[in-house]
Amino acid sequence: MLTLTCPCCGVTAEETEFAPGGEAHPKRFGPDSSDADFEGYLFARANPKGVHFERWRHAYGCGKWFLAARCTATLEVFGTYPAQTTAPPADVIKKIKTKRPEWEGYK
Amino acid sequence: MKRYSMFAVAREAMRYHAGWERAWRSPEPKKRYKVIVVGAGGHGLATAYYLGKVHGITDVAVIEKGWLGGGNTGRNTTIIRSNYLQDPSAAIYEKARSLYEGLSQDLNYNVMFSPRGLLMLGQTEHEVRGYQRTVHANRLQGIATEWIGPERVKELVPILNIDGPRYPVLGALYQARGGTARHDAVAWGYARACSNMGMDIIQQCEVTGISQNAGKVTGITTSKGEIGCENLAIVVAGHSSVMAEMGGFRLPIESVALQAWVSEPIKPCMDVVVMANTVHGYMSQSDKGEMVIGGGTDGFNNYTQRGSWHHVEETTRALVETFPIISRLKMLRQWGGIVDMTGDRSPILSKTPVEGIFVNCGWGTGGFKAIPGSGFAMAELIARGHSPLAAEFNLDRFKEGRFIDESVAAGVAH
Ligand SMILES: Cc1cc2nc3c(=O)[nH]c(=O)nc-3n(C[C@H](O)[C@H](O)[C@H](O)COP(=O)(O)OP(=O)(O)OC[C@H]3O[C@@H](n4cnc5c(N)ncnc54)[C@H](O)[C@@H]3O)c2cc1C
Ligand SMILES: [Zn+2]
Repeated sequence: MLTLTCPCCGVTAEETEFAPGGEAHPKRFGPDSSDADFEGYLFARANPKGVHFERWRHAYGCGKWFLAARCTATLEVFGTYPAQTTAPPADVIKKIKTKRPEWEGYK
Repeated sequence: MKRYSMFAVAREAMRYHAGWERAWRSPEPKKRYKVIVVGAGGHGLATAYYLGKVHGITDVAVIEKGWLGGGNTGRNTTIIRSNYLQDPSAAIYEKARSLYEGLSQDLNYNVMFSPRGLLMLGQTEHEVRGYQRTVHANRLQGIATEWIGPERVKELVPILNIDGPRYPVLGALYQARGGTARHDAVAWGYARACSNMGMDIIQQCEVTGISQNAGKVTGITTSKGEIGCENLAIVVAGHSSVMAEMGGFRLPIESVALQAWVSEPIKPCMDVVVMANTVHGYMSQSDKGEMVIGGGTDGFNNYTQRGSWHHVEETTRALVETFPIISRLKMLRQWGGIVDMTGDRSPILSKTPVEGIFVNCGWGTGGFKAIPGSGFAMAELIARGHSPLAAEFNLDRFKEGRFIDESVAAGVAH
């Protein structure tokens, strides 16, 4: 079972207390963008086998959204951080790099 | 290839079964093929089969990183139905269902297709209206389904508790020609037929890269070296995004785990397939007597081929309410597969931004039933550049907002 720590209230709990919310840090494109960019923003997903940045909500807890870095091939959680972050924080990146030296880095 | 028949069984019985041949060859890859199919699941093998059978293209290799049928094709709960809501879905799933009817004869391989009938229970007013709408749609599409009341449901499934306290059974969407087939046999039968046409099925060979020249595919890199090709079909279900990344494009796909489990075998007690989508569980009985059970997917991206425990608990709980007699059954095995989910819960059969690369994916939780139809359409798309059955399922539908929305039609899509 997947265990996550909510960075908002500090509670560590099993996945049943949280609700997954898909890929984090999408680059937003609005009405003035090209069709391809808008389509990419709405539908195309990295869906990697490995390091994944994603959104979660502490649905049966404090109710807040937050972000997590997790490996989709092992379910290892590298860290969680506040939703008000536009790119993964340096300490999380560093932790991933030590654990996954072959990782290409955040794109 | 020696044909399988009554006579063959009798002949072999007389000589200690020493004369059976291997069902398919295991060759080393050639330098180059006209078409390479990545993924020896049902969809990949069926694509290869119809390329040969319908279009006469046999210079084909099917490349598989594990063993053939070891992906979702060998992990599913084998439900076959075509009672979908939207016209393009009905067309391709009904094509598949009708091909299943004659598949054992066509392949000379017993795929154990069993059109035993399938019920989707209506357990809320909303669900009842939804299924009645599907029945009307199916009538226009020429697909035989009907809405039946609770008494008829009870007649068909005596072990069902129709007046459960929380979700009484208000009726069911019934497809009498839906049912099940033996999943491994579908993969094995297609593989044997492909091998017999001279195609190479190469197992234990992982594709790790795609080479291109001026926007056109030229070949692949694998754990057994470089192999050239004119056309490349990516048919890898849960790993579609990983392969797309090798090709330099992205897909509207997310991979999640879906689980199934089976009980100890018991005497025959249910000869139809029952899906209870409101409570998120479904069940059928295998020929061996095991109750075959499945439920919902996990919500988060996952490649581990094992799902979360609480889904097993939730689904089993729901099914114990629905079928009280299973409450004391021991469960024997549980497993998971990685399914490729699209936003509209419909598959993708399409050309891609790279010339010569085609994808067939997005079947998600419900692609076993589609294998023959999908292979038929995919072969046509590759051979002719266009397939009426596949046309609506192209990648452009996302850009154009032309969704084939099946997520409203069934909460669970198996
Ligand atoms: C638990 C469960 C229950 C299900 N129940 C039903 C059901 O009742 N009815 C129904 O219709 N559908 C059901 N499905 C869905 C169905 O199983 C799938 O949609 C279908 O089997 C997909 O077939 P496929 O050939 O596309 O994929 P797969 O059978 O998964 O084949 C893809 C193959 O590609 C290979 N591959 C991946 N990456 C590479 C690479 N880099 N190089 C080489 N090879 C590679 C894999 O090893 C795999 O063998 C269920 C699925 C699951 C998991
Ligand atoms: Zn919290």
